[in-house]
Parts: sequence; C-alpha cells; structure tokens
Amino acid sequence: MSKILGLTGDGAVAYAVKQCNVDVVAAYPITPQTLIVEEFSEYVHNGEVHTEFVCVESEHSAMSACVGASLTGARVFTATASQGLALMHEMLYIASSLRCPIVMGVVNRTLSAPINIHCDHSDMMGSRDCGWIQIYVENAQEAYDWIIQAFRIAENPDVLLPVTVNLDAFILSHSLEGVKVLDDVEVEKFVSTRKPVLSINPDKPITVGALCLTDFFFETKRQHVEAMNQSPKTISKVNREFAELTGRGYDFIETYGMDDAEVAIICLGSTAGTAKAVAKSMRANGKKVGVIKPWVYRPFPTEQIVKTIENIKALAVLDRACSIGAPYGPLCSDVIATLYKEGIKLNVFNVIYGLGGRDMTPLDIEAVFNETLEIAKTGVIKEPVKFVGVRE
Amino acid sequence: MRRRKELSEESKPGWKSIPIGGILLEPGSAIKYKTGDWRTFRPVIDKEKCTNCLLCGSYCPDGAIIREEKNVAVNYEYCKGCGICANECPVKAISMVEERR
Repeated sequence: MSKILGLTGDGAVAYAVKQCNVDVVAAYPITPQTLIVEEFSEYVHNGEVHTEFVCVESEHSAMSACVGASLTGARVFTATASQGLALMHEMLYIASSLRCPIVMGVVNRTLSAPINIHCDHSDMMGSRDCGWIQIYVENAQEAYDWIIQAFRIAENPDVLLPVTVNLDAFILSHSLEGVKVLDDVEVEKFVSTRKPVLSINPDKPITVGALCLTDFFFETKRQHVEAMNQSPKTISKVNREFAELTGRGYDFIETYGMDDAEVAIICLGSTAGTAKAVAKSMRANGKKVGVIKPWVYRPFPTEQIVKTIENIKALAVLDRACSIGAPYGPLCSDVIATLYKEGIKLNVFNVIYGLGGRDMTPLDIEAVFNETLEIAKTGVIKEPVKFVGVRE
Repeated sequence: MRRRKELSEESKPGWKSIPIGGILLEPGSAIKYKTGDWRTFRPVIDKEKCTNCLLCGSYCPDGAIIREEKNVAVNYEYCKGCGICANECPVKAISMVEERR
C-alpha cells in the first residue's frame, strides 16, 4: 500500500535513505543539501534507523569515511552539493576506483566565485569523469525512486560502482511535493541488505589501496571502464523490478512527444518538466516538438538517444553548465560525439541556460523550440552556442 | 626502441583476470614486488674494510641488508640504491657504483 507524503526534494531523499537499511552515513551539511542531512539525523536521533551517523569536519572527510565504511561491506550513503562536491573531488575517484558502491545525493548548486547558492549543474559536471554512475531527476518523486534503485544498482556484484542521484538546488531540494512512498517493508524487500563480494575482514585479510604503478594501473582503469560499460544491464533490470513494484517505469531516458516530433529539446533535471509543459501546449497548436530527458547521464545512453532522434530534423541541447573554452557545454559535447559516431547528420545547437539559478521560463523554452523549428526549416544555425536568459 | 614484449608486459595478467579495484587478495605479498630494478646506483661493500657492525642494516629503509655467514651483504632484489647505507657506514666500507644494464 503506497501513501502520499508532502516532501521536499531533500526530504524525499532522506525518507528513501531511511527506508533503505543504510549502515553508515557520513556527511557534512552544505546549502542546499542541508535538509537531507538534517532530516536524516532526526531519524537517527529518534531511533527510527540503525544507521551509524558520522559527523565529519569536511566533505573530503565525509567521502573518506564513506570509502572506509563501504570497504567493510557496509551500505553507505552521503550527500553534498557544490563546493562540498568540489572538496570531495579526489575522494570521488578513490571511491569509484576501489569499487565502493556508495550512494550519494548531489543537490546541484553552482560553484563559486562569485558565491551563489542556487542551481546549475557545474558541480557534478566538474566531476563527471570521476567514474560514478550519474542520475539526474526531474522532481521529488524521481529523487525518492532513484535513491532506492541506486542502492540496488551500485551494490550489484556486476557493477560495484558508486551512484550519484542529482537533484536541482531549491527548485527541487526545497520545494514541497506530493511523493508516493512505499511501505518500509516493501523497500526493505526491494533493497534487501548488501552482500559484499570482498570486504575488509581481519579473519581473511586483503590489501586495499596498495601502490599500483605502470605495470597494473592501466589494467585497473580498463576494468573500471568495463564495469561502467556493463552497468546498463543491471540498471535496466532494477528499473524493471521497480516498475513491477511501484508501477512507475524508469529507463535511461524519458521522452515526450518523440513519436512524431520534428524537433526536440534534450535537457537534464527539473527543466525537463517545464519543457514538457511547453511542448504540450505547443503540440496542441500543431507544432511537432518533443523533449528528451536523460535520467542516466553516466553511463551515457548513446543507444537510446540515437533511437529517439532518428526522425527529427533539429535538436536543441540544453546545458545548465558551461565548459569554458570547449566548443560546447558538457551534454552537448556528448550528444554531438554520439551523432558523429553514429554517422547521423542532424542540425544541433547548444543552449547554455540557468547558471547560478537564473530561471528558465516557459517563454524562454518556447523561444528555443521556435528557433529549433526555424533551423529545421532553413537548415541554418545562426548561433551554435546560444546563451539564454543572460542580459547583454 | 624495445618492443612491448621485451618489456615483459605481455607475461603479466590482463584486466580480465586481476582482482577488482587493485585489491590484493593475499597478505604479505609485498615480498613478491622486487624493487631492485629501481636502482641507478648499487651499494658495494668492501669486505676488507667492513667491521660487520650492521649500522647499514639499521638504517636501510627496505631491509635489504642481509647477514651472511661471515659478512654483511646486500639483497639486490630489493635494494633501491638510495645510498643511506653508504652515507652512514662509520668506516666508509660501502661505495655506490653506477648501474649499467
């Protein structure tokens, strides 16, 4: 029996973690992730969970403690945002390279300077090559659902990679929504307990983190790449089982109107919600527009994106982060690489938007759709990288 | 240029067969890691001068000074050639000789 609770995005994450039998949480508060840690620490205080909550002095220490705990075979969660993720950066690589299946909520906030606490994806995009599976969600419901699935994906012996579940700062983290939650027993049954393949155990000693030079390091990295490449099988399997349990189906990407769309927008996170609403009203006026929202950003859903864009004539790629000095934003670079690799000739342009929490309004999105329709008609891209919402 | 095979990379296990995450499954395996080929200078002990005081062994960071029946010797499989032994020897019995391979 599922019930509906009023939860913020952060609250939904904390609630999901509460239900997932997590052994250790080591976290440091940072706006706008604070609610996750705050609410979870209340669960600990009230004795609602058996979790060992480790108060640490920084995010670097938080991830270090998570790595240690995870290596003992514990189920581990943490959460951070922005500068916190940046401070964790070196430990992110260690967590994934030591194959620690940690789940982390990342509340996407921009990186200083100037200091700003609002949403964009530059924090996670700055660490996108850290070898973690990366999920982006559109609303609090998806945050709740993906956290639960994330433990199953991460801890699967065929994967053993950490997972970040990314949710937009304030837009999701602090907005109250109705979230359909499962009963504790249902979640418990779904996630079970972690069954570690290898763990630190005095009775059967292993060495973790030994020096590994030119003779073996490359092989270790190649193995890590393969784990990521093979993870889609597990992700699909977990999505299927979650759909059976909840009726809420997830996949690598969500599409809207793509069956007959002539042009489309592809974007991550909460913006997809606005884009779908705009697409709906434009489609009612006979404009064939569609939306593609990758839930899974790493591993990049090449196959699924190629399949969905087969018949469109123009595509706008929305990036809520800029890769300064690169030809495009991070998502656009991935999309263009995918198209080139598959030999697909498609008119693509990049929209950089929403930096530091600047709103992406329905009017902005409608203008992007109209420009995409124009490009589909003329084949002329006036601005390959367009900044939407910035004052000239 | 030496070919890859001659560098003996081929004889080591590939990524498909090694444990994940660089984990070592057996304890005490550091002994299998022969660090002698890091050396650019080799310590050579002059047995005439050496008094077998073993100070070199006390200072050696790698435990590469060994005791033979009558004298002190160097285990060249592990000696990295740091030269601390030569520096500390009170009777200057150890000289560092350039390795030529």
